[in-house]
Amino acid sequence: MARMKFLCDADRCIECNACVTACKNENEVPWGINRRRVVTINDGKSGERSVSMACMHCTDAPCAAVCPVSCFYTTADGVVLHSKDLCIGCGYCFYACPFGAPQYPRVGNFGSRGKMDKCTYCTGGPETDGSAIEYEKYGANRLAEGKLPLCAEMCSTKSLLAGDGDIIAQIYKDRVVKRGYGSGAWGWQTAYRETIAT
Amino acid sequence: MAMIWARIRFFVSVIVFFVFATAVAAQQPSSVDPNSDAVHEQQLLQQLNRIQGLGTIPDVKSYVIEQPMGRQWREFHEVWLHWIGAIAVLGMLAVLIIFFFTRGMVRIESGRSGINIVRFNAFERFVHWMTATCFIILALSGLNITFGKEILLPILGPSAFSSWSLAAKYAHNFISFPFTLGVILIFLMWIAGNIPNRVDIEWFKRGGGIFGHDHPPAYRFNAGQKAIYWIVVIGGTAVAVSGYLLMFPFYGTTIAGMQLAQIVHGVVAVLFVAAMLGHIYIGTIGMEGAFEAMGEGTVDLNWAKEHHSLWLEEEKARGGPTQLQRQPWATPAE
Repeated sequence: MARMKFLCDADRCIECNACVTACKNENEVPWGINRRRVVTINDGKSGERSVSMACMHCTDAPCAAVCPVSCFYTTADGVVLHSKDLCIGCGYCFYACPFGAPQYPRVGNFGSRGKMDKCTYCTGGPETDGSAIEYEKYGANRLAEGKLPLCAEMCSTKSLLAGDGDIIAQIYKDRVVKRGYGSGAWGWQTAYRETIAT
Repeated sequence: MAMIWARIRFFVSVIVFFVFATAVAAQQPSSVDPNSDAVHEQQLLQQLNRIQGLGTIPDVKSYVIEQPMGRQWREFHEVWLHWIGAIAVLGMLAVLIIFFFTRGMVRIESGRSGINIVRFNAFERFVHWMTATCFIILALSGLNITFGKEILLPILGPSAFSSWSLAAKYAHNFISFPFTLGVILIFLMWIAGNIPNRVDIEWFKRGGGIFGHDHPPAYRFNAGQKAIYWIVVIGGTAVAVSGYLLMFPFYGTTIAGMQLAQIVHGVVAVLFVAAMLGHIYIGTIGMEGAFEAMGEGTVDLNWAKEHHSLWLEEEKARGGPTQLQRQPWATPAE
């Protein structure tokens, strides 16, 4: 089985936000929630870099570890998913997540959180693959159809890579060797406890 | 002739151009490195332990893309809080059980007099029991968040445990309001009797009379009760403030602030539970004649003599015998 990962090559990202839009459209993400976002560091200054960030589907995921109702699980492909039927909206995964991935639709009184929503790596959820209820709760299940997450698939500069960790790491390494520079595999050290030597 | 001069001028200028062009080219690097002044992830993480930029979506919180300190919070929540909580709560229970079997119930040594004296009025008792009821609900629903998945989840199964936890979360959020009100009222209502004074030093020196049959003098509240009072007031304030910071995410806090608030909330709460176990023990099976103070609001005269001698003198001096009511129906304990 592959170990699915995301890799954003910040030297290629042109901050077009198409990954953000594609994700929202493909998964019918609730209003006010962005499973993926593009952030520009040192915006407007020399050496600025844009990074597209979502759930990184961490190895030994902190969200899963702190969840008081153990609603998280990791698929055979290494994708970190959760059950919205079990989630109680306590917000603990959000305190633990290094990437700010979990988000909560605001329901009811004061800051009361609804069921958590986050990037599913276009892998749906615990419901039957491709079912209507799965789509309604979690969005598309492209992986079950043999397709990769749409954000990476449609990236115009091929900055955002999705796929087996070893393969996308090799693609990134080759790029760095060929062009002679690279600002690093953003988030990899934190998410996977390994980085790609550049 | 002019033609020749023009040609010579042309060739000279071409040569000059090439000489300069080569010189300029020699000064430039052979290849351009657009990464030379680029930001690097490792460098940013080392500097600030978080990476933040600018985005285009309205959610400004999402502009922070990496903050690995969540891992320290995870370590606290999954390891430290479990140990602190287990040691505090189970340790207190163990101490109380051992104490009960060695010392037993503290009796009214001179027996019941049959004369009762008012100790807490109806309003005081209402506030106490409102706060106490809230506290028990908050404590159980709170402990569930930390220990539920280890104790209840295997018994109830994921679906039932999740439904219970969801209800417990809502209870925890809503019950916090009457609890906070109770803490404020307790603070105002009993502050006068809970300022530490000289008598408390003596009380502590004699261990509160807990061992043997000693009865150090005390006013309305002895030093142990004052300690409980301040635990409720200070601990209650700490859990209320940190709890509301968590209940209203991002109102004046960041993720780091909420992690800190959760740490304060968790540690203070488990210590609070341990302290209240001690309070419940001494108010029920730990001491004869103590529960009725908060139950019916009156205590036996002999109980007051033994445990709150100075308070009884004050009451006698102030109210005289009118404060004392003979209750013939009050049956002796033995």
